[in-house]
This record gives sequence, structure tokens and C-alpha cells, in this order.
Amino acid sequence: MRTHILGARLIDPASGHDGVADLYLEDGRIKAIGAAPAGFDAEHRIDAHGLVAAPGLVDLSVALREPGYSRKGSIASETLAAAAGGVTSLCCPPLTRPVLDTPAVAELILDRAREAGHCKVFPIGALTKNLAGEQLAELVALRDAGCVAFGNGLTNFPSNRNLRRALEYAATFDLTVVLHSQDADLAEGGLAHEGPTASFLGLPGIPESAETVALARNLLLVEQSGVRAHFSQLTSARGAQMIGEAQARGLPVTADVALYQLILTDEALAEFSSLYHVQPPLRTAADRAGLREALKSGVISAISSHHQPHEADAKLAPFGATEPGISSVELLLPLALTLVQDSLLDLPTLIARLSNGPAAALRLPAGSLRVGAAADLVLFDPAASTLAGEAWRSRGANCPFLGHALPGAVRYTLVDGHVCYQA
Amino acid sequence: MSIAAKRSLQLNDQGQLRHFLSLDGLPRELLTEILDTADSFLEVGARAVKKVPLLRGKTVCNVFFENSTRTRTTFELAAQRLSADVISLNVSTSSTSKGETLFDTLRNLEAMAADIFVVRHADSGAAHFIAEHVCPDLAIINGGDGRHAHPTQGMLDMLTIRRHKGGFENLSVAIVGDVLHSRVARSNMLALKTLGCPDIRVIGPKTLLPVGIEQYGVRVFTDLAAGLKDVDVVIMLRLQRERMQGGLLPSEGEFYRLYGLTEQRLTLARPDAIVMHPGPINRGVEIESAVADGAHSVILNQVTYGIAVRMAVLSMAMSGQTAQRQINQQTEEQL
Repeated sequence: MRTHILGARLIDPASGHDGVADLYLEDGRIKAIGAAPAGFDAEHRIDAHGLVAAPGLVDLSVALREPGYSRKGSIASETLAAAAGGVTSLCCPPLTRPVLDTPAVAELILDRAREAGHCKVFPIGALTKNLAGEQLAELVALRDAGCVAFGNGLTNFPSNRNLRRALEYAATFDLTVVLHSQDADLAEGGLAHEGPTASFLGLPGIPESAETVALARNLLLVEQSGVRAHFSQLTSARGAQMIGEAQARGLPVTADVALYQLILTDEALAEFSSLYHVQPPLRTAADRAGLREALKSGVISAISSHHQPHEADAKLAPFGATEPGISSVELLLPLALTLVQDSLLDLPTLIARLSNGPAAALRLPAGSLRVGAAADLVLFDPAASTLAGEAWRSRGANCPFLGHALPGAVRYTLVDGHVCYQA
Repeated sequence: MSIAAKRSLQLNDQGQLRHFLSLDGLPRELLTEILDTADSFLEVGARAVKKVPLLRGKTVCNVFFENSTRTRTTFELAAQRLSADVISLNVSTSSTSKGETLFDTLRNLEAMAADIFVVRHADSGAAHFIAEHVCPDLAIINGGDGRHAHPTQGMLDMLTIRRHKGGFENLSVAIVGDVLHSRVARSNMLALKTLGCPDIRVIGPKTLLPVGIEQYGVRVFTDLAAGLKDVDVVIMLRLQRERMQGGLLPSEGEFYRLYGLTEQRLTLARPDAIVMHPGPINRGVEIESAVADGAHSVILNQVTYGIAVRMAVLSMAMSGQTAQRQINQQTEEQL
């Protein structure tokens, strides 16, 4: 199929392109930018005057809840939600039931994602069997089945020696590991950032050192093993600073931050609302400022939704008895545009952190609008606004932003040249 | 914003109490009204016939998800003296072990036409959750939620101080011990601040003091002798045995040596100082028997005042909740 997209402001951070240009798509790829290729006869035209055309967003952490947690979400429901948020490629974490530690589970996820057809799914495999931190999962078999990286989620390795070996084994095959750095022992029993808000509410605290202690250890083991590592879900200014220092001494590590960490702080917990219960926790305004700074400078090169849909019951209990997580992939683009609205980032930098930044971190074939690349893109109206929740596709309504008017509105999401979401 | 929201949850449209969840955000006038009402109920307790008919025909349900003797019993007595029907449930040993959720347990009790729930729960914020999401039309009284709040204990402590010291304006009050895990300490700090106490001190080792405790407007002491100097009121907190595990403290013995209240140490306080404790006391752990049973101790008075304070809170919340229902009905009729 041949598609002609007319008059959009094309922003492609990978090439530095920013200007009005027509796009020509053919056979699922970008055929030309600017002038029409000779003899191009479009079957489909999209009038995109006033819209921005950007690479489809790449989200490194979207829990699809399938297999195993279908009351929280399905591959079909959550990938559709992602497409509505402007996402064309996403990674799903291995915390499924059964855990994504065998090729069969990876194949099931990929099959159902293909069947749903809303966006591209790149599974992250479990680094160890059942995420137990004891026995390695069959990493190479999982890679061959389509896993793009390997992680253990927030589940800690019971032994530093096992962690070191896992990293060395992954390094042998040039696999990327995704590390969530929160020391489970220091965080034990914690429900919120250890600080005045948690103290006032009587919620057990998770100290900043739960992140920095684990991060220091992980950085040293990554350096020693030489593995490709991506640090996911940073929460503290000090943590971001440690990543910056590691990068400055030449360690090729990357990092992401959850979008909600860039917007909220632990003060949101003041009414015990379980919608703000997340792990690792929301931290202070100073931490948020540090994370925003690291995002701007590129120390943190990716923004992820860390989307975790839940059924209503999971949030209907006293704070400590609720399940952590926010459902937000559906709002990824408009919510992220609040950072531009608040003058924290310019639009091209924001798009970079949502597309080629995350794609490069996990070496995904995505995140750029160069000629020949897959025609994965999002068209959005920067002047319009989105009323969060007016339409809702995710099975999880556990989103504290519902009811808010957010800047920008996704008009089209295209995957391989096909419109898979249209407002 | 947070204070306004919390007030709207606890107060009705006319600013009267309709739930009693936390002392945070409650104005001084309201706390004083609770104390004045409790004072008047103390006379009821001294009469031969100890009942008033304020809650006749109402059902008070004590739902305790955590064990308690003193708090539950004094709530029962308070409700009975107000002529209410009273049911007490220890839920920790019944429904939840069958897998019933907090939500369902309370909805079932509500269906039995209860009017007031007194709830104790191990999770901070449980009472807020119930008042906001489970039974907003019943009067919810927080009987203690996790480490967060124990507002009736806070108010009975204030009544004790006011009756023995006459007021709060010129007082020095020291709170000693395990502040970190104590909902009593949090409620006391808030109440003392609101009632205008100029010198609130907390005393304990760093492992038992919460991060950011200065936000309560208190002075922090890690040395007991320095903290007790010239205080008018000493509030001792209970030290749970399990604090020795997990490295918070080396031993009960060392805690007693450093923070235990002995007769000798009490001489550092003012000669007419009073000693309080929410109970149950650990003799020889946080307090010497000679102090607990001595002339300065008002620990048993606290228990007596506790009934009067709970009568005040139960009757005020019921009346505020009833008024709110009438407001809602009128609004509906107008629509």
C-alpha cells in the first residue's frame, strides 16, 4: 500500500530533521521524505496540515498482563491502549504467569500481539527461572524466540555471586540486561518514599539508599562483566547522578524513568489514595528535579510509561493492601507533552526520549523516520487537547490523571504503514 | 489542598464532625468542643445511673482488625453510656481468615443497620479508606490505624493534660520512646500543636524517630536528661518487644538505661510534672514501677477520661452525620 502524508511538521530526532515535509510510505516502509518518488501513485492520503509527524513512540515497559493476569489486562486491550497513546513499539516485562522464562511464553505473547495487530511487541525475558535469582533462564533460546533483553524485575538476586554470573553469561552472547535497582532488604515492608510525607501518614518508608546501594553494586558488576546494561525506572536524583558519573567514565549504560516520576512526587500520597501507590515509590520534588535534569542532558535517554493496569479490586483496600502501579500507556504522548508545556524540554528532545532514545537503549529496529525505515509513526495535533479518560481502552482504570485536560492529541498511529489507531 | 480535602472527609457541610479519622486539619475550636463535651460526660460517669439517651436506638459496631482490650472496652462502655446498642467484633480471628475482604466485611455489617463503626486496623489509612470508599454514610471512628493516627487516644491525652494543668499555653510536653511506630505520638503531636502548646519535645534514639519529624513543630532530643529538663508533662510510649529484632535497639536493658523513666530522672522535670502512658505499660522497660504507680502518674486517670472522650466523639460524629443526611435530603428534594 502506498500512503501520502501531506503537510505535517516532521520531527525526527535521529536525523535532526525538523520541518514541514510530505512523507511517502510504501510496502510498510518510508519510501521518501519531501519530494514524491518518481511515479508514486498514492492509494491513501492523510491530510496532516497542522499536525506533527514523529517516529512512533517506543515504550520500554508496558505490562500486558497476559498470560496469567487477564482480569488486569490482555495483549489486545493493552496494545490498543498503547497505540492510542502514540506507541508503535513496546517491551513487555517478564512478570507474567507463568513467568516469561521459556520460549513458549515468548511465542504466545508474540502470536497474540501479531493477531491483535495494534503495535509491535518486544518481550523482555526473565534473567532467571521464575525470577527467583537462582538458576539462569535459557537466555539464548529466549533471544532466538524474540526476547530483546533480560531482566529480573524488582525481584532481587538472593546472592551477589549469582547476579555477577548472570551478567557474565549475558555478556558472553552480547545480550542486554535490564536492571531495576532497588535493594529489597532496605526496601523491606516499605510503601512510600522515606521522608516527611510517609512519616506523617505512618506509612513504612523506602529510603533513597534502597536505590543507590543497589545501583552502586549493579554498576560495579556491570563494569566488571562488560555486559550491555539498561537501568530501568530510576527514582532518585542521586541515582540519576550515579548513572551520569558511570557514563562519564565511559561505561556504556543507559537509563529510563517512568513518566509519572517526572510529574508526581510523594506529596500526592497525602490522602492515602491508592492510585499513587507505585513501586519503586514516588520521591521528592528535589528527586523529580534531578530526574528532569538528567532527562534533559540525556543521561536518562528514555521515558517509559511503566504501565501497570489493574482490576478495580486491586486498588480497593487500605493503601498498604493495594497493588502498586499506574495504568498510563494510553496517555503516554499527551502526558509527556505536559513536560513541553511546562518548558522542561523542547518538543524534539521530548520526542527523542520517547523514540530513538529507548530504541537505541535496547537496540530495537524502531524510533527513526529515515528513508527505508519501517513506517512506524505518530501524527498528533500539538494545539489540541486530550481529556484523559474520555475514551479508555486499557482494562485498568487505575490512572490518577483521568479527568485532566492534557496538551496535544494523537490523531493517527501507523505501524508498518497501516493506520492502527485513528482518533 | 490536602488539608481542605481531609476536612471535607471528616466534617459535614456545616463544619461539624461526621467521621473521626485523624486530628490533622481539625480546627482548635473543634478540639476544644470535644474536650468540653467530654468534661460534661465525666459527670455522667460519676453518677449512680451512668446513662444518657443520646444514642438511643443507634447501633455502634466495634470492628477490631487488631487486638485491643482497653480501647475496645472503653468504646463499648462509652457507647453503652450513651444508650446505644453495641456489637464488638474481633475480625482478625473471623472473616478475614476465610478470605473475606475488609470491604465486604464492613458492607455486611452496614447491611445489619449499624450507625457507627469504630475501626482499628493494622494498615495506616484504613479508616480513611472506609470513610471514603466503603461506608461514607456511617460515622467512622478511627480506633487506631497502623502507625498513622489514634485520634481518640490523642484527645483523651489532651483532656488529661487540660484537667491536670489547666491548659496548654505555657506547657512543656515531652514524648519519650518509640515515636517511629507510634500512632499515639503522631496524634499527640498534632493535638498539642493545634491547641497551642509552645514546647513539644520528642526523645528517643534515631532508630525510633521518623524521618522529617520536625514537620510537627517539635524539638528532637536523643538524650533523655536534656529532654526532660523542666517539662510539665511526660508522655511515655510503649516499646514493643519485636523492636529488638531487626537492629532497632540492642536490648530492653540498654533502652531502659538510656530512655527508661525512673524516679531519679523524673526529678529533672518540674516538681508538679505529670506522667502519662497510653498503656499497656512495660514495667522496667520504658517506665519504673515506682513512677507508674507514683504520685506523678495519671495513667489510670487517662483510662477514665478515655470513656468520656469516646462518648463525646461518638455523639458528636453521629449528630454531624445525621445533620449531613438531612442536608443531603433537602438538596435532593430541591432538585
